[in-house]
Amino acid sequence: MGPTLIRITTLVVKEFLAIMKDPKSRIVVIGPPIIQFFVFGYAATFDLNNVRYAVLDEDRSAESRELLSRFQASPTFRLVGQLDSGRQIGDLIDRQGARLVLRIPQTFSRDLQAGRPAQIQVIADGRNSNVASVALGYANAIVARYNAERGGAFSGSAAGAAGPALQLVNRAWFNSNLQSRWFIISALGGLIAMIVVLLLSGLSVSREREFGTFDQLLVAPFRSGEILVAKALPPMACGMLDALLLAAAAVLWFGVPFRGSLPALVVALSVFIVCVVGVGLFISSLSSTMQQSLLGSFIFIMPNVILSGFTTPIENMPRWLQLGTLINPLRYIVTACRNVFLQGGTLGTIWPQLWPMAAIAAVTLAAATWLFRHRTA
Amino acid sequence: MSHSTDESVSDRSGEPVLCIRRLHKRFAPKGGPPVEALQDVSLDVRCGEVVGLVGPDGAGKTTLLRIATGLLVPDSGTATVLELDSVRDTLQIRGRIAYMPQKFGLYEDLTVQENLDLYADLQGVEPAARASRYARLLEMTQLETCADRLAGRLSGGMKQKLGLACALIKIPELLLLDEPTVGVDPVSRRELWRIVYQMVEQEAIGVLVATAYLDEAEKCHRVVVLHEGRKLDEGAPTQFRERVRGHTFVVQPRQGARPRAIQGRLAGQPGIIDATIRGGRVRVVTHERDRAAVARAIPAGLAAGIAAAEPTLEDAFMKLLADARSSRSHADLPAAPARMAFETHPRQAEPEIERGAAAGGAVHTRGLTKRFGDFTAVSEISFDVQRGEIFGLLGPNGAGKSTTFRMLCGLSRVSGGEVRVAGRDLRRAGSFARQRLGYMAQQFSLYGQLSVIENLRFFGRAYGLTKARLAERIEWALEEFDLRSHRDATAGKLPGGYKQRLAMAAAMLHEPDILFLDEPTSGVDPLARRDFWRRINSFAESGVTVVVTTHFMEEAEYCDRMLIMSQGRELATGTPGEIRALARTASHPDPTIEDAFIALAEGAAQPRGTGGSP
Repeated sequence: MGPTLIRITTLVVKEFLAIMKDPKSRIVVIGPPIIQFFVFGYAATFDLNNVRYAVLDEDRSAESRELLSRFQASPTFRLVGQLDSGRQIGDLIDRQGARLVLRIPQTFSRDLQAGRPAQIQVIADGRNSNVASVALGYANAIVARYNAERGGAFSGSAAGAAGPALQLVNRAWFNSNLQSRWFIISALGGLIAMIVVLLLSGLSVSREREFGTFDQLLVAPFRSGEILVAKALPPMACGMLDALLLAAAAVLWFGVPFRGSLPALVVALSVFIVCVVGVGLFISSLSSTMQQSLLGSFIFIMPNVILSGFTTPIENMPRWLQLGTLINPLRYIVTACRNVFLQGGTLGTIWPQLWPMAAIAAVTLAAATWLFRHRTA
Repeated sequence: MSHSTDESVSDRSGEPVLCIRRLHKRFAPKGGPPVEALQDVSLDVRCGEVVGLVGPDGAGKTTLLRIATGLLVPDSGTATVLELDSVRDTLQIRGRIAYMPQKFGLYEDLTVQENLDLYADLQGVEPAARASRYARLLEMTQLETCADRLAGRLSGGMKQKLGLACALIKIPELLLLDEPTVGVDPVSRRELWRIVYQMVEQEAIGVLVATAYLDEAEKCHRVVVLHEGRKLDEGAPTQFRERVRGHTFVVQPRQGARPRAIQGRLAGQPGIIDATIRGGRVRVVTHERDRAAVARAIPAGLAAGIAAAEPTLEDAFMKLLADARSSRSHADLPAAPARMAFETHPRQAEPEIERGAAAGGAVHTRGLTKRFGDFTAVSEISFDVQRGEIFGLLGPNGAGKSTTFRMLCGLSRVSGGEVRVAGRDLRRAGSFARQRLGYMAQQFSLYGQLSVIENLRFFGRAYGLTKARLAERIEWALEEFDLRSHRDATAGKLPGGYKQRLAMAAAMLHEPDILFLDEPTSGVDPLARRDFWRRINSFAESGVTVVVTTHFMEEAEYCDRMLIMSQGRELATGTPGEIRALARTASHPDPTIEDAFIALAEGAAQPRGTGGSP
């Protein structure tokens, strides 16, 4: 080993010891991954389950029971009550007793038997617009299937009651059941890697400044490049380890499919982690206390998550904001992770994500190196 | 062996403001043996009385003060403050006493005035009474002109004075001070004490002050000596002094002989408790009233004469501690005298650097200047340090010592002038030039989470020591600095004295040619300071150049030469004898370095910038 390598190894060993022995840093490595994994895996889902609904069946016929049984059979809906009069609806929705009320009018079975279009009313609680529209969509789907089957059953006998001219057959690729958990968890590795790497590298220089050991490093025969490399490696290793553990847990625990190539995932994460470590070291060089660098890291994390397409699609953002997301490294790793997990991506298919991250990494590393030399000089 | 103190206070009308009775407190740290912080300690403080609490690190001084404030609950025994129980009536007590912890909680982002306002609000001082109180406190602390400055921008001494002013915002009945003058320059120290005594005289408050400075304790009405949680002794300073009368001597070195050589011989000899350099002479405390023991220990031809000396509290303190230690097993004597013989290890030849050093001395500066914006922190400092010399940078906090120091080490850019260390500019020279340097930062900067041995390993490898050599040097460090028993202890949790030793061990592992020490004895008790200087001496004897900053003026006596700074400028340069001579007057024929500093700082003595080479 050359002297440079020995000095870097010495520093890296010291950094690992410091991370593992400092309760604050230890929590950064272990805490966020576990919390995020379970919070995002279980709580953050756009899928609706257990939509509470009530029924006001004024018809009480075989036909209405037939329709209602389909709602009852659906795992999406949960019946919370039978109403007796229309006056009860307002009250029930107001106190959030139910998200939906199905009202089947007295004329329902008569109209159906007469071959006339029958109407049912669905009243939704629109206070949470997202939930309401998804729930209405599910309700529509159930009704549509009911229609289709009835149409098929009667098309032979009843005149004029032919099936619909157009029929939409849905088929979602990559996530055939459209489980939003797959969508979230597959990209979670990138988010976790960012948080861990940013916090650890952010703390690394400022911790030494705060405890006064930084001067001690500077008067020792270390070159500033050696210090920088040694400060970057341990957070990168921790971030990579966390991200890969999480990928494994996503497959084994949540059953998310892993269809792509593992090397592609590792390469994408590596390039991304280099981007982030540059930002972390930049923040750390700028801060004189650990508190400042933690604050700096969170200021960086928040908008990046929002603007990454991790939860909300970038296409929905205004044009100027979409342009802003182009310099957000998290945007690319989120896309790359989903590509590898769900789409079976390889190094070739994630190339459009790799090169922008590499470009961003070059900028952040250069900035960190410049600031590090500048602030210590 | 507690002595009644009635005779010294019987003429006082003072009633007790603090009664401590048979206090016990034990701490059980995680993963360590329990520590008996206080064992059966009793003491009283009366109105209008200043009681000094002295003892080495870990004696239990802070624990006792914190129990008196109600911040800690004793295991047994009572602390009665103003006839209130410290555990039961904590809230009532807090409104009537003032406590200034070691690090007073100033808000550095607020101005001096805003800090005062804040503490006045917290203490519920009547708005009507504030104006006059502020005026008086600012006048007492001489901070009138700084009322609008941010507290964070004040010098260490000024911060401490502001802390005291905030503590005194409401006139307390009992004032508890925990090492109020640590890290404070001599001028500010005198001012702090003047403020305290002014309060005692005018308001008849009682004061209990923990201090590691025995010259300060000497001014107290009464002194209580704590050692390892027990009260060793108690009495008026005069009583302490009388007990060691006949045990103290001064040795006058023969013309041309260095006092350090005599002190080095005496320190650690059997029968000798303490040997220090004061005013160019060696001061000795002996076990027995035995002048011959001193004479025997000094090699012929070094001493011109041995005379009996007027005893000081410090002499008495050293003897007390020595007696306390010898009464127990000799095994836990921390400073084993045998280690005096410093291993003169073979040095690796570095001919290139050696030549450079020979050409320009170990350290060389000319017109060294540092500016921060408009503010000139260091102005035109020039000096040379020869190889094997102990060179002191002295001056109060904010004088520019640390800035100068950081420029020498290459940690701070030079605004003007030149600086050479071992013939090189450390900022320009590659990292290998730093190889021959040892550096010990102000706050004993270690990796607090790492153990002693991990710290040593890291610093050893950082300087390129590997395998057998590394193991050998670590063994040496554990032995020389008495760290073996704490080998696997977490560095951050070591007591102050151990931290200092570990920091020094880390700086010495790679056998540097030049050792830079920034305030190495700040906040360290007298015993540890003696130990420290004994080591520095032996390093210098073996050829190491030492550059050290300190605000302890008496430590300047251990330096071969020194530069005294104030407000970024050089006040004087010279040997201890030359510096003392600057303050010699008809009325004050035998000044100390501290006297000389104060005279120089106040302009009473003419600064003599000899600069350059000696």
